[in-house]
Amino acid sequence: MVNITIDGQQFQAAEGQNVLQAALDNGIEIPHLCYHENLSSYGGCRLCLVEITRGQRTTLTTSCTYPCLEGIVVRTDTPEVLKARRLVMELLLPLAPEAPQIQALAREMGISEQRFTEEEADNCIRCGLCTRACTEMVGAQAITFSGRGYRRAVESPFGEEAVDCIGCGTCVYICPTGCIEMLDRGTQRTLPKWKRTLELKKCTKCGWPYIPFAQIEFARQRGQEPPAADWFDLCPNCR
Amino acid sequence: MFRLNSVGELEKLRAEISEKRDTGKPCITTCLGTGCHAYASYDVYDALAEEIDARGLKEKIELRGTGCHGFCEQGPIVVIFPSEICYCRVQPEDAADILAALMEDKVVDRLLYEDPVSGQKYEREDEIPFYKNQNRLILGQNRLIDPQNIEDYFAQGGYKALAKALTDMTPEDVLAEVKKANLRGRGGGGFPAGVKWETTRQAPEKEKYVVVNADEGDPGAYMDRSLLEGNPHLVLEGLILGAYAIGAAEGFVYVRQEYPLAVDNLSRAVEQAQGYGLLGDNILGSGFNFRVRIKRGAGAFVSGESSALVSAIEGQVGEPRPKHINTAISGLWGKPTNLNNVETWANVPFIIERGADWFNGIGNEGNKGTKIFSLVGKVNNTGLVEVPMGIPLRKIIEDIGGGIPQGKKFKAVQTGGPSGGCIPEQHLDTPVDFDRLQELGSMMGSGGMIVMDENNCMVDVAKYFMNFLKDESCGKCTSCREGTKRMYEILEAITKGEGRAGDIELLEELAWVTEKTSLCALGQTAANPVLSTLRYFREEYEAHINEKRCPAKVCKALIRYTIDPEKCDGCGRCQRNCPEEAISGELKSPLVIDTDRCSRCGICLEVCRRDAVVVE
Amino acid sequence: MEVKEIDQVMEKYGSDPADILGILMDIQEKERYLPRETLDYLSKKLDLPMTKLYRMATFYEALSLKPLGRHQIHVCMGTACHVRGAARILDKLESQLSIKAGEVTPDLNFGLKTVNCVGACALGPVVQVDGEYHGNMSALKVERMLKKYSGSENKEAE
Repeated sequence: MVNITIDGQQFQAAEGQNVLQAALDNGIEIPHLCYHENLSSYGGCRLCLVEITRGQRTTLTTSCTYPCLEGIVVRTDTPEVLKARRLVMELLLPLAPEAPQIQALAREMGISEQRFTEEEADNCIRCGLCTRACTEMVGAQAITFSGRGYRRAVESPFGEEAVDCIGCGTCVYICPTGCIEMLDRGTQRTLPKWKRTLELKKCTKCGWPYIPFAQIEFARQRGQEPPAADWFDLCPNCR
Repeated sequence: MFRLNSVGELEKLRAEISEKRDTGKPCITTCLGTGCHAYASYDVYDALAEEIDARGLKEKIELRGTGCHGFCEQGPIVVIFPSEICYCRVQPEDAADILAALMEDKVVDRLLYEDPVSGQKYEREDEIPFYKNQNRLILGQNRLIDPQNIEDYFAQGGYKALAKALTDMTPEDVLAEVKKANLRGRGGGGFPAGVKWETTRQAPEKEKYVVVNADEGDPGAYMDRSLLEGNPHLVLEGLILGAYAIGAAEGFVYVRQEYPLAVDNLSRAVEQAQGYGLLGDNILGSGFNFRVRIKRGAGAFVSGESSALVSAIEGQVGEPRPKHINTAISGLWGKPTNLNNVETWANVPFIIERGADWFNGIGNEGNKGTKIFSLVGKVNNTGLVEVPMGIPLRKIIEDIGGGIPQGKKFKAVQTGGPSGGCIPEQHLDTPVDFDRLQELGSMMGSGGMIVMDENNCMVDVAKYFMNFLKDESCGKCTSCREGTKRMYEILEAITKGEGRAGDIELLEELAWVTEKTSLCALGQTAANPVLSTLRYFREEYEAHINEKRCPAKVCKALIRYTIDPEKCDGCGRCQRNCPEEAISGELKSPLVIDTDRCSRCGICLEVCRRDAVVVE
Repeated sequence: MEVKEIDQVMEKYGSDPADILGILMDIQEKERYLPRETLDYLSKKLDLPMTKLYRMATFYEALSLKPLGRHQIHVCMGTACHVRGAARILDKLESQLSIKAGEVTPDLNFGLKTVNCVGACALGPVVQVDGEYHGNMSALKVERMLKKYSGSENKEAE
């Protein structure tokens, strides 16, 4: 454990843990969009900026990628930090016009007018949570970033059906803007953003098409044997 | 080719080579660097070979293809040794005259360099003002070496430094010498190489790596390319010395794929060095093992950033990583990795052979040694120049560069590439070094030096750099990805006459957030061209925004091409060549350009013989 | 691309997944692009997810998923060439070929790309076609230069 200071208060944190998580664990809110405690840190959205002093050096940096080291002094609310976060948010805002969480966060940060416009905003802020979740949490590795710079986008390979997608919906839940849709109609599940269509297995008791066959198959292929051979015959409600 | 098992064997070989080379025998060298290659210097080489053959002189005259001499404006360059007669702009047809003159101990007058202003001709290479005012410590070797022949490098004293280090010096001695020499990184950062080496050496992990950053991406800079193409063994020797000092057993050279000749010559050099036992196991019988692998870049400027380069070598996408993790402590596959630029490595053999004290005798306070610059753009003597640190900027542009062509007026010189800035006339007496250039709002960068004249628009220059950066941004962090995009949008609008009040202030805000919050140096320095042009040429921005006027007459939307009826004789050349059919009128009477159809391509201006086309 | 050929390329790099970029670049050089089937094969043989290969192919300028032109035209947009008027030459090429930079003509004869500094600044503005350098270019010289590479010109020569 190491001693760190955040906004004048002393805390103990596990050495090497990122500053953002240490702050959140101690009830200190730092806005963040591309960070999730169960995924590797990315440092892309730039919202979680803080001022960190280590020895003689002070830098403005992202708290999600900076490790807790003995004696660091963190400030989350200096005028420079707040100004930086606000400008970063101004740059993100035009990308997600229909994302209530983003819009609310912007208002909270004191942004009242939008100075930049984006012609074909797709509500994706390029945070990468979906791709990282698909790779690290799920292991399907079905979607990816493509392109470079302002042309960077998240898509399935070749922009065609994401054949490795198992329809688990993790990307849908983890996305901060809600730009990934998952639609269940009858025994079909579609994720339009990944051009993916999957067949759903019905619960033998209540008949609810509740899980994609692909998801069951994926778990089996990875050697994750269910508690019983007919485990998936019943949906969670009926089990 | 045979394995050298000791320093003694190396020196024996070197002596044999020197003896074999009859120093009286004339040698005709032809520059085969990419610049001269573009001027068909390979054809010149072939023509000379044919002529030598035809005269039955194959045994009497040596013909050697070398790397870049640096005087690219005057290429193809042919230099005769030992007389050091320098011929410029040589064509294949000149081969006969060159041989004839050589046989009669004369010179071909028309091929000599002629000063464009004074008209004076110069015979010897070292008399030519372009070369005379330089200190060609590193680049100077290029003219003597065929990069495909390691024996040329041996003959020049190559691998002497390595031999000295392996016999007389410990790794700590080598490191101490480089530290003492105050060698600062030549790739742009200017960070003390010795300190970086030390950090890497002292890092706890035993497995370490050394890397050559040959991803030279600044547009307009090609110093590293010429070094790798023309003298790959120099860079290799530096790398081996570094590996020895740091304790690395494996090294990588990351070269951009846009440099095929450099990749070729370097690969061959590595093979040869391996064959001679200068790379691999038990180098020169010292017990030191080191091997090198070459990796190619694939067209991404951002991959030249240290942490991105490390990712690329690992087989990941070449994107930068958060910077508080020092590559020297945790780099390739988490191991300590020392990364330096090509030119930095090239300095090392000289420092080890001649000593840090000698190196410290060149340059000024805090900035030691020489620096190679690519002097290009609106300058008479375009090429690669090597000068001691601290030389006044004016000397480079006027004495070496020969000033601005066509009598035009100097406006600014851009240094540091897309991360740098423009320096105006009033600062031309500034000494060129890392620190002073930074004070002026620019930076040394990798060495690109682009001269601009009165016909260049500084807003257009800022837009050009921002366009480059927005396309090269990896897109990972919001600040750079969106910041460069928005700054470009504003600059583009300004050049189109759609600038609005408040645009400059908005640019400055975006510059601030991009600088302060971007993940890597690409984003952090992206605003420099804008900020420096605003600093020195604000009135140009204001003219574009407030008056919808481009003072330099460059921005297409703000200029008109017209024909001066007093000067036009109606010859019709412009009319015939206009791709938009925008010029109308009867032959033999003054013609008229339809501004709405005109695409500002500039062809009419080019073809008019009466100076009748005016841009306003 | 023949399986045998792909295997040869992989072998050259010891089938090391860390050298995937080198492998892809060699294939790009042979085929003028990265064929889908080749990527599928590589994905299986090197045990790399398709997402990784797709990511690489779209990140790097030197790789393309669509065939390049038979004649690749590279307009140097390095700073030295820019200050000498490279933008006008690009405009003329785009208008002459009716394609934008980054595209290929419908007949696949010409591909147009901008590149950053080919290092022949003394000849600027420079246009490179199939590795051949055309220096001191201007908008006026574009048409003549293109004629050298068009099918019709070659037929006339015969």
